[in-house]
Amino acid sequence: MITNVINSVGIYTLSITDKLGRFVVFLGKALRSLFTTRLKLHKLIVQMNRIGVESFTIAVLTGTFAGMVFALQSYIGFQRVGGEQFIGAVVALGLIRELGPVLTGLMVTGRAGSAIAAEIGTMRITEQIDALRTLRINVYQYLVVPRILAGTIILPFLTIFAMMCGIIGGYIVCVYVLELSPDDYITSIKTYVEFADIRGGLIKAAVFGFILSWVGTYKGFYTHGGARGVGNATTQSVVTSSILILIANYFLTKMLERL
Amino acid sequence: MIKIVDLKKKFDDKWVTRGVNLTIPDGQMTCIIGQSGEGKSVLLKQIIGLIKPTSGSIYVDNVDITKLSEREQQKYFKKVGYVFQFAALLDSLNVYENIGITLIEQGMSKKKVLPIVKEKLRLVNLEEDTLTKYPSELSGGMRKRVGLARTLVTNPEVILYDEPTTGLDPITSQIIHELMYDMQKRLSITSVVVSHDLKIFDYADNVALLSGGKIRYYGDAKTVWDSDNPYIYQFIRGLPEGPIETEVIHFKDKY
Repeated sequence: MITNVINSVGIYTLSITDKLGRFVVFLGKALRSLFTTRLKLHKLIVQMNRIGVESFTIAVLTGTFAGMVFALQSYIGFQRVGGEQFIGAVVALGLIRELGPVLTGLMVTGRAGSAIAAEIGTMRITEQIDALRTLRINVYQYLVVPRILAGTIILPFLTIFAMMCGIIGGYIVCVYVLELSPDDYITSIKTYVEFADIRGGLIKAAVFGFILSWVGTYKGFYTHGGARGVGNATTQSVVTSSILILIANYFLTKMLERL
Repeated sequence: MIKIVDLKKKFDDKWVTRGVNLTIPDGQMTCIIGQSGEGKSVLLKQIIGLIKPTSGSIYVDNVDITKLSEREQQKYFKKVGYVFQFAALLDSLNVYENIGITLIEQGMSKKKVLPIVKEKLRLVNLEEDTLTKYPSELSGGMRKRVGLARTLVTNPEVILYDEPTTGLDPITSQIIHELMYDMQKRLSITSVVVSHDLKIFDYADNVALLSGGKIRYYGDAKTVWDSDNPYIYQFIRGLPEGPIETEVIHFKDKY
């Protein structure tokens, strides 16, 4: 009985260690390719378009409505203590430091991270990745590096738009729905939002972009088991990326506090 | 010459090849046949180096390719080409890009790549207007031909074909066989063909039968039908009784 339990724990530990090791080795190989081979700029631009530009609408919509809801909720709280003039700062700080990067990261994970996993997973099960290898093409340079780099570069830009739209959404709610002073909204933002807040939000966005493209490419790369395998890889990519983004968000917030 | 010595491969607890010994002569077409699931494709992927064997060796020109480093493997891939079962063309690229991908990725200009691609396209009897088409616009036979043209781009000395006629009608299958034969004779390529299609005997020089994870027969393709080896005798005639274990259900006798 005890032997069986120890055996099971051992097998589970080995399995987890193996997966974690493969995950890190995969990134190591991608990074090695990044620094030892010539980056194909057109591939990077194509991926920036697919991950970033094609996610623009959802990022803008997410940011706008997050800002609008945040303004409404803040008003409910602040009117109780007579602090309506701070709503602008709270909305802007919330969006710049937390909601902008996190919501954009999660939305892009659902849209582009899953697409990366599905595309590379399909290439794996249809032997296209094996074909690339036999054709002497570095699969990390060809498939992985442009996607990871594109995700890392483009997510801060998307996040800027989400932040801006969120702040505008908050403004619309405050000024046209709640009939508060537009000057109070803008002045409080100018007074309380610092450059460090924006820098922190953008660093977070870059890390989230890195995570979602790393996980998406990894899950796709190690897909097996036909169409079902591609489905599993896609789902696991979204779930793993989302969890990692939320965990990373906490630690990044702690780290950025000190900067 | 390709020399396979005591090659064994295990996936989890299941042995696929249990000690394959086979010598594939240069400049000839050697066909490997066997039941579905016997590990013929796994054997072929071990020869190209896509799958590492559990034990044993594969010598290509006296070099054990199971022990190659990644860099050495890149050089090896220049010598050996692989034609995949379903062509494995890249969906997002057109025929020109698929055939010329190795050269394009090496940074060669379109001016230099295009004539090479056109030459290979002619070798597989495809018209130039296919260059702009995408894999989804091609028939099964055309895809296989594009796959072969792509392999020919690097002028390999050895081509490994994984079930080249699977899923094709008899006429298209014959076209593919003729093309493979033409390539082998014209370019003096060593060909290794994994196939279920017994028509391959008309084109191959040698036949090897893989059964139970081992080579049970190896001989001249021209005399294979005269062989009294019990394994090949049973297999090519599709007999339920013999040394190859089968699970034949006689539904036809039931009605």
